[in-house]
Amino acid sequence: MISINKRQKTVVISTITTVILLAILVIGLLISNDRIVTNLDSRNLPPSLSHPFGTDWLGRDMLIRTLKGMSMSIGVGLIAAASSVMIAVSLGIMAATLGRVVDGIISWLVDLFLSVPHLVMLILISFVLGGGMKGVVIGLALTHWPSLTRVIRAEVMQLQCAEYVQTSRRLGKSQWFIAVKHTLPHLVPQFLVGLFLLFPHAILHEAAITFLGMGLSPHQPAIGIILSESMRYLSTGMWWLALFPGLCLLLVVRAFDLLGEVLRSFVDPYRANE
Amino acid sequence: MSTLEIHDLSISFTKYSKGLRQETTQVIHNLNVSINKGEIVAVVGSSGSGKSLLAHAILGILPGNASVKGRIVYDGQELTEQRKAELRGTEIVIVPQSVKFLDPLMKIGSQVQTSVRKGNAAVAQKKIFEKYKLKPLVEKLFPFQLSGGMARRVLLSMAVVSEANVVIADEPTPGLDADVIKEAEISFRELADNGSAVMLITHDIEFALKTADKIAVFYAGTTVEVAPVSDFSGKGENLRHPYTKALWRALPQNEFIPIKGSQPLANHLPKGCPFAPRCENATLDCLKEMPEEKMLRGGMVRCLYAT
Amino acid sequence: MQLEAIDIGFGYKKNSWIFRHVHMSVSRGEIVGLVGPSGAGKTTLGKILSGYEKPSEGLVRLNGSPLPSKGYHPVQLVFQHPEKAVNPKWRMKEILHEGWNPDDELLERLGIEKDWLRRWPNELSGGELQRFCVARALGPSTQFLIADEMTTMLDSITQAQIWQVVLDMAQKRNMGILVISHEAHLLNRICSRIIDISQV
Repeated sequence: MISINKRQKTVVISTITTVILLAILVIGLLISNDRIVTNLDSRNLPPSLSHPFGTDWLGRDMLIRTLKGMSMSIGVGLIAAASSVMIAVSLGIMAATLGRVVDGIISWLVDLFLSVPHLVMLILISFVLGGGMKGVVIGLALTHWPSLTRVIRAEVMQLQCAEYVQTSRRLGKSQWFIAVKHTLPHLVPQFLVGLFLLFPHAILHEAAITFLGMGLSPHQPAIGIILSESMRYLSTGMWWLALFPGLCLLLVVRAFDLLGEVLRSFVDPYRANE
Repeated sequence: MSTLEIHDLSISFTKYSKGLRQETTQVIHNLNVSINKGEIVAVVGSSGSGKSLLAHAILGILPGNASVKGRIVYDGQELTEQRKAELRGTEIVIVPQSVKFLDPLMKIGSQVQTSVRKGNAAVAQKKIFEKYKLKPLVEKLFPFQLSGGMARRVLLSMAVVSEANVVIADEPTPGLDADVIKEAEISFRELADNGSAVMLITHDIEFALKTADKIAVFYAGTTVEVAPVSDFSGKGENLRHPYTKALWRALPQNEFIPIKGSQPLANHLPKGCPFAPRCENATLDCLKEMPEEKMLRGGMVRCLYAT
Repeated sequence: MQLEAIDIGFGYKKNSWIFRHVHMSVSRGEIVGLVGPSGAGKTTLGKILSGYEKPSEGLVRLNGSPLPSKGYHPVQLVFQHPEKAVNPKWRMKEILHEGWNPDDELLERLGIEKDWLRRWPNELSGGELQRFCVARALGPSTQFLIADEMTTMLDSITQAQIWQVVLDMAQKRNMGILVISHEAHLLNRICSRIIDISQV
């Protein structure tokens, strides 16, 4: 029996999950829209070998629709999570370094955003921007930054007071040197973990608001659309319309969550040597 | 019979060296120490040499990546991990290095009172606070509000009120004023007189000499000498190991002359005597293997040429 | 040529002073001890003299002019706990060379092994790290050194080793040193005079 240590296990898990996620993304992008055209000959088929996820009331293959939907969601999630992290990092650093007034304003914004439920804020922003892809992405980016901002702000503040940072200044080093050489290396893990942990949130929220009909438009193959449409057919016994896409959503979200957790334990000094 | 006996204790850690490879480093090697009832033994060595791990091993609070070999016997019976957990905090207590070991959300007064095992807790706590010049106001503070010196006094008072059979103090002195150190010396002595076995882990020889009965000198992960306090006098002629002599001579009140070099790192130990590279009297034999412990003039030494 | 504190006071809040009206000075080439009960502000005074903190009142003068706010600071401070004074994500070599490049002779005298340079701070003990912090602070432009419990956590051999190097360098370069310490024996051994913070 080969014994593997925790780090090796971590690497294996993260590689497998990354491959699965990338595969979904790429397959979804490569499949052309021709594959999901209406095909009235094969309507409402339960899962079979030729259609593993079954077909819907227009005869479209559910596997392909799901893959396209998931890949869309991953794309939207990626853009939204990345923008959120950018916002969080900029605001966090500004709050910690630009003095009390800026800090006060940013902290107030964080509190404001955290005090309103995510979904409500998201619906409001998306609605104001006219919905659709643009509305959802901007809405997601603007609602997911507050908690990470807090973390980054605290981290930067702590670093500013660190004895080695203060000493660096007395050794004649510039603010720029300190920011790049001392502060940034400590923030990189926070970016990465933040990015991966924001991801599942973004995807779920995207699916949720699309499901509610306030997100992506119905002709786009989004997972939220698939789920909301399937609701109408559930009562007629077409269980596969909701089950497989739902499971896929769960799987992808869990995969990202796992990656984030794994990354965090890698970065956490108290757990890193286990 | 000794209250606490440590036989052939070795501690090693598994760490990641480069990327995915794990590497095992032995930090403590074949260490032997015993403490009798009513006795104070000081383990003296440079900071970061692994002395604190000794305390953590006795209490069973080493981190998950450590592995321990050897035997620890308390009160005639082997200390298993389960027994350590049962006795920790009641019969065996530690005076930790910092307030980080206290419950951050509990007021100081109540924390000290929970350590009291016999009699009225509140009375005992007030008495000890008075003795250590801690104002009654301190009772209502939380650990993070204490200044360095105050924290040390609080930690010390917790061990004193517990009246435990074994008290282990990990670096009790840094940051204390001369008069508080004096007070600490007296308290450790009182603890011992009341029947506790006390182990002081410190780098501060001066404090160790004033307080302890026996000094165990720790170098590169093991004890190189155990000597009664009275041997530390004059130019150190009565001392057994060249490292102990160097330590004694380097004190500012003695000659203040250092020897060259530095203690080897735990994962870079020489094969033979760990002190050989810095020792004036080292011969080829010293490089072959770690010298065995031998008893000499009422003490112990690990040196081939000790007389 | 001296480092002066003129009527310095320090407090975090208004009307709650840690100390006030402190006058003291250290001349170049002089080694002065600073003692006082814990909590009396010895460390804070050290930080003020080396530009880490601004005094709430009064001023610090170096050779008659205010302390510089940019560039290599002529008054360097060495802290009690070296673990906090080095960036855990830097290798020892980078840490050592942050201010200047000490020569091999200095490293050898401080007992710094070549092999340590490629290590990370968490692989070294406090005593080993402190040697690096001392070397780092002894750059050619250092005119004064504040040693805040610099060797309190170290064994006597390392303590003597470090002080031997520092005292030697102080003499060669005509450097002034303020030694903040609880250890009477050490102060008596190396200082030409001792100031009590509660009496200035």
